[in-house]
Amino acid sequence: MIEQPTALELVDAVIGFIETRAAPQLKDRDVFLARVAVNALLTLRREIEHGAAAEAVASTRLQNLMGEEGDYASLNRALCQAIREGAIDITAPALLAHMRASIIDQVQIDQPNYSGLKAALAEG
Amino acid sequence: MEAADLERAINQVAAKLAPGATGASDLRRLSGGASQETWSILANSPSGDVPLILRRRPDSPTGSGNAVPLATEAALIRAAAARGAPVPTVPYVFQEADGVGEAYVMGKVEGETLGSRIVRNDAFAAIRPNLATQCGAVLAQIHAIPLEGLPEVAHSSALVELEKYEAVYRGCGAERPIIEAALVHLKRHAPALERQTLVHGDFRNGNLMIHPEDGLRAVLDWELAHLGDPAEDLGWICVNSWRFGNHAKPVGGFGDYSQLLDAYEAAGGTPIALERVKYWQMLGSMKWGIMCMTMYLSFANGADPSVERAMIGRRTSETEIDLITLLEAVA
Repeated sequence: MIEQPTALELVDAVIGFIETRAAPQLKDRDVFLARVAVNALLTLRREIEHGAAAEAVASTRLQNLMGEEGDYASLNRALCQAIREGAIDITAPALLAHMRASIIDQVQIDQPNYSGLKAALAEG
Repeated sequence: MEAADLERAINQVAAKLAPGATGASDLRRLSGGASQETWSILANSPSGDVPLILRRRPDSPTGSGNAVPLATEAALIRAAAARGAPVPTVPYVFQEADGVGEAYVMGKVEGETLGSRIVRNDAFAAIRPNLATQCGAVLAQIHAIPLEGLPEVAHSSALVELEKYEAVYRGCGAERPIIEAALVHLKRHAPALERQTLVHGDFRNGNLMIHPEDGLRAVLDWELAHLGDPAEDLGWICVNSWRFGNHAKPVGGFGDYSQLLDAYEAAGGTPIALERVKYWQMLGSMKWGIMCMTMYLSFANGADPSVERAMIGRRTSETEIDLITLLEAVA
């Protein structure tokens, strides 16, 4: 794909525009919304950087857990169904380990400063 | 309804808002949720202006279908006041003939509701160590409100809450293993409803007016009040999403479980086991995660196209990381 500019550079350009040009001209609730917009772009930035890798390792874990081949979406759907129907024990260490690793990767994209993430990482 | 028309209508009944009031002025919009508007207004009297807060249902409300009518909310606040709980005064509930819409006025209470400031700012350092104790005592007062004579509100229990939020989650079409596992765990361990009391339903940072000098001054936002398990209120304020980074202090980011429970009992509350509080805390995390999904849906279906509604969908994962930690602890 074209790399001049890269996707990350485009995101950074828009963040820069909002922060230095647009936000200073805004008032009231729009000031808050501009901050949310920047946060949305930072989330997008982290997802571009780490999303594919996180999904790839999650898929591998899911294949081991479910004992079948498949893409992430279909395996994840099958896992949800198995939990719902009681076909998999929700206290099983392998299930807990998969869910824990997956949600740590997700929160690192969504909210890397969340206190619950730090607590989960500290527990190792 | 335009602000000027609203102010004119309020002016007509100014005498009811404060003793000796002859007019009302300075109506200003403070915030507007989809289901609720908040305004500030002054009741003018010869002895001086009295600052008041107007709570009003928007002309075309959307969102929270669980909210009680504002007249019910006002009645509950008055019942809480009669029990000695810190709440705003409610001088007047508007009648249909007043032309103000569904609304009531309450006395303005000084203080701060923003959890991030209450948990972190130096201004609150002196009162912070006692806040969880105050919360426990006030919850005991709220749960002691006699049910006879209260307006009709919904009845709930852990299983009813689970059924309600599971339906909402299924309606979102999401496939989230941690939510699924939490549902299984919470259904399996749902406590029987042993004792039904009035439950505030949204007792947490954001709805508590905290003053730097004496702490908890008023419990606000009674719109989710219902009859149910009193432990629901104690668990909800312990949900990590209201701790604003102070993970080590489970009660609102400012206190410990033992403070909350000891004060609850000391104020006459029927003792509640810590396990029951933690059960409701877990249910609360799941509930907030599903609420974030529904708020995102209002973006996805075009009802509220703001970037804020889109982004709140990415907060469900914070509740899931808390849920997995809680699930591991009980596995």
